[in-house]
Amino acid sequence: MTSFPQVPQAHSASSLFDRGTLFFKPSLGRNLFNSICTSIAGLFATIAVLPLVLVLLYVLVQGGRLITPSLFTQLPPAPGMSGGGIGNAMIGTVVVTLIASLLAIPIGVGGGIYLSEYNRSGWFAQVVRFCNDVLAGVPSIISGVFVYGLIVATRIFFGQSYSAMAGGIALSVLMLPTVIKTTDEGLKLVPQELRWGAFGVGASQVVTILKVVLPAAFTPIATGVVLAIARAAGETAPLIFTALFSPFWPEGIFNPIASMSVLIYNFAIMPYAPQNQLAWAASFVLVVMILAANLLARWITRVNRT
Amino acid sequence: MSSLSTPAAVPESPAGAYTLRRRPMSEKLLDGGFRNLTMGLAALVATVLLAILITVFSGAREAIAEFGTSFLTSSAWDPVNEKYGAFTAIYGTLVSSFLALLLAVPLGIGTAIFITEDIIPSSLREAIGLMVELLAAIPSVVLGLWAIFVMEPAIRPLLNLSHKLLGWTPFFNTVPQGPGMAPAILILVVMVLPIITAIARDALNQVPIELRQGAYGIGTTRWGAIFNIILPAAISAIVGGVMLALGRAMGETMAVTMIIGNALNFNVSLLAPGNTIASMLANQFGEADGIQVSALMYAGLILMLLTFVVNVAAQWIVRKLSLRY
Repeated sequence: MTSFPQVPQAHSASSLFDRGTLFFKPSLGRNLFNSICTSIAGLFATIAVLPLVLVLLYVLVQGGRLITPSLFTQLPPAPGMSGGGIGNAMIGTVVVTLIASLLAIPIGVGGGIYLSEYNRSGWFAQVVRFCNDVLAGVPSIISGVFVYGLIVATRIFFGQSYSAMAGGIALSVLMLPTVIKTTDEGLKLVPQELRWGAFGVGASQVVTILKVVLPAAFTPIATGVVLAIARAAGETAPLIFTALFSPFWPEGIFNPIASMSVLIYNFAIMPYAPQNQLAWAASFVLVVMILAANLLARWITRVNRT
Repeated sequence: MSSLSTPAAVPESPAGAYTLRRRPMSEKLLDGGFRNLTMGLAALVATVLLAILITVFSGAREAIAEFGTSFLTSSAWDPVNEKYGAFTAIYGTLVSSFLALLLAVPLGIGTAIFITEDIIPSSLREAIGLMVELLAAIPSVVLGLWAIFVMEPAIRPLLNLSHKLLGWTPFFNTVPQGPGMAPAILILVVMVLPIITAIARDALNQVPIELRQGAYGIGTTRWGAIFNIILPAAISAIVGGVMLALGRAMGETMAVTMIIGNALNFNVSLLAPGNTIASMLANQFGEADGIQVSALMYAGLILMLLTFVVNVAAQWIVRKLSLRY
């Protein structure tokens, strides 16, 4: 009984269910293919993370060692001269971003409320959502061209051409789609029972929306708004020919104003080392601010989820 | 019985057991007013979009009348003789964004697979995901600064090598001298990579677990499941994300402007300075006057139409190709 004839392995029934076939064989074609693909994916992930590490490293090291108190309190030096700071550009970035936020957040949250609470699937809502998606895809430089044509070239504000106001409006055009989208999506996640409950105890629609639904959707809306502000603060293209640049302290919102992003652009392409250094220092401040805003947005989400 | 109800407004309360609350006039006005206010704000989005189109188009009208469709095919950009053609910039926009995507798509999808398919511990996966998302947050002007002072000098030997080896083809027949198309393409890869990775990761995460379980249950390998089951199930969202990234690459301005060289002359070589529509606008708009402004607006209009077509196609693809589970 013990002397079975030797049959070719592949055809024998016993070898098909042989325990040995269940062991992992690295030399099998498909397993080789598997490990090759896994290594390639790992390599790709490394390549994808590499630029971030390098950019952060350079900005933090190159810019970080230039951080001095005078950087925040002084004006940029004349081309070719060393010393000075980016104080006016920091104030300018805050001013322009603030103008953009004051325009885009009320409009965006209001529009989002309409889409989610009053008209979820009507034709008008569909049109607005489509326009919003298209607006989100409009290149940032086009919003600069738009504001240039609408405000700067027509001198609509007291005969002023380039102004902080124009820059803020250009940035708000970029922020608006993000704010509307996050408000719309955030409000849609609020359970319908909350609205019924509010109506049930006799609240009017305005009260229901402002006191019940909107607070319930605070987390996603706040996250989206913080991310939109962070993105706007770093934008350059819409500002270079709307807010322009100014080597002086801000002179009101109807005059040209400096901003950190435009300062980085202007000083990076100058052939003077001190200016290039200031560009690195400004990058450091800008990147730290934007990363902090991003981490804040994550923190808002995490704290409110638990 | 509610304290909110006004007695005069309830003439027929059934049996007097309870009363219907009548909404006072002020409340109706407030409700209606708020509804109209939000509707107006929503309508503002459409108005802004329309205003952008009208402003850019009316600005471009002079140049459209002057140059017509030859604007698209002529590569002359001559402010002295007031002859303008945007072929160099249109070519640069298309070539830089397509080549950037060609590099970024495999990298992005590979990364997305690596951080969704349970290859590495979840803490490491989240760390990579976070890093890629933070990369998206870095302003493009900072990436441009980095590209000028760090990336371009670092890759110069590689570009020189490609010129030495492939210099006989028209695409590499110029000596790299700093700013040029090739570094611009590489910085575009860095900029669109996070978009592709994030969208591909979300798409892969949404593939139902049953599909994976089924695939592994009948004995396939990990990459057998990925190539035959998981990727096909997620393909519509991934393609949509790639199209969005294409739109972003076409409109990307600052980093490209700082590193592409802003050449006015057409050159097919990737190692030579080039131009894109967006960088041409960033570079010249501030100092332009007369018909040059109009020509720039015309170029801007073309850029808008290009990104519009790409973005609408992206939405359409996501809607039409998405599988129903």
